Amino acid sequence: MSRSDVLVDADWAEAHIGDPDVVIVEVDEDTSAYDKGHIPNAIKIDWKKDLQDPVRRDFVDKTGFENLLSERGISNDDTVLLYGGNNNWFAAYAYWYFRLYGHDKVLLLDGGRKKWELDSRELTRDVPERPRTSYTAREQDASLRALRDEVIAAIGKRNLVDVRSPDEFTGRLLAPAHLPQEQAQRAGHIPTARNVPWSKAANEDGTFRSDDELRSLYAGEAGLDFGRDTIAYCRIGERSAHTWFVLHELLGQPNVKNYDGSWTEYGSLVGVPIELGEAR
Amino acid sequence: MSEANPASTVTANGCGAPAGGVSVSAATGTQAVVEGHVTREGAPVSTGYARLLGSGDEFVAEVPLGDDGGFRFFAAPGSWTLRVLAPNGLRAEQPVQADHGQVTKVEVSL
Repeated sequence: MSRSDVLVDADWAEAHIGDPDVVIVEVDEDTSAYDKGHIPNAIKIDWKKDLQDPVRRDFVDKTGFENLLSERGISNDDTVLLYGGNNNWFAAYAYWYFRLYGHDKVLLLDGGRKKWELDSRELTRDVPERPRTSYTAREQDASLRALRDEVIAAIGKRNLVDVRSPDEFTGRLLAPAHLPQEQAQRAGHIPTARNVPWSKAANEDGTFRSDDELRSLYAGEAGLDFGRDTIAYCRIGERSAHTWFVLHELLGQPNVKNYDGSWTEYGSLVGVPIELGEAR
Repeated sequence: MSEANPASTVTANGCGAPAGGVSVSAATGTQAVVEGHVTREGAPVSTGYARLLGSGDEFVAEVPLGDDGGFRFFAAPGSWTLRVLAPNGLRAEQPVQADHGQVTKVEVSL
């Protein structure tokens, strides 16, 4: 796996807008962004409504994923090109999710919606029609997803990468600075976690930094031991999907999991250890 | 949108942008809010991004501009840099101060 197998630039996307084997998908939490204008031929997936179980806090199950992709006209043989707002947070989350359910032909658009907009590339309101397919997913790949007990057991043993902002990590804020401050019961971070904010992996236009820069960020600056397994987390698992993409897909680290329960789960668990302040 | 927080137009359920971008209106309670609008030659800039940066250009948060060119951040109290990015390489930057329980208004002209 190398960068060119998983990440494409806007020129590549533009050249494949009419490609029958490529399905372009915008993934956002705010789907009104898609409705106001999207890459020609792109369909949309709603991060919350389409990918989350409406009742329990969990993903849609395998059948739900199969129904979603069938309904959107995505087949098992299609190459899915994902992009979205928020520097590709939710597109990276969807990428991780597609991989979790075994769809290997999936790509991320470098820079996502932001770079596309800042480049003043074409956006349209036309919604493409795709005939229904019969999509078959694989069982969830447990090697990509960490659950809470595994995270607690990993304290002091594996790399724990907290990708939230320094203020969230140290416990000064409970949520990113563009959102109201609510969510978990307690602030802070998982003991022994290193704080490498997701934003350090991205350039200002939303594209990923070079492999060399990324390697030196995690292995150098942050002191991650690349010989150990890694779990990434944030607040709800989408920023950490961005970092999972960097570590697992771009840098080819073999054992990297995303903890999608993240701080909203961990920070509300009774009895688990929490650290405040800078990393120790 | 979060029903638990009807006073705010910003969703509390995720890290993403609220529907239609932020709508700048009365801010909530005791938080340190930085909000404002971006204009160019008097007209709102609705395609673009507002970034809040800490010392040493440390990234804090980013929101897409709303239809009215609006943005809003719930920051920690302190000194920040606001940077705006828009198509065609347009950008602007200015220092802002966020205070507990206060709404700091920032108007940006590109």
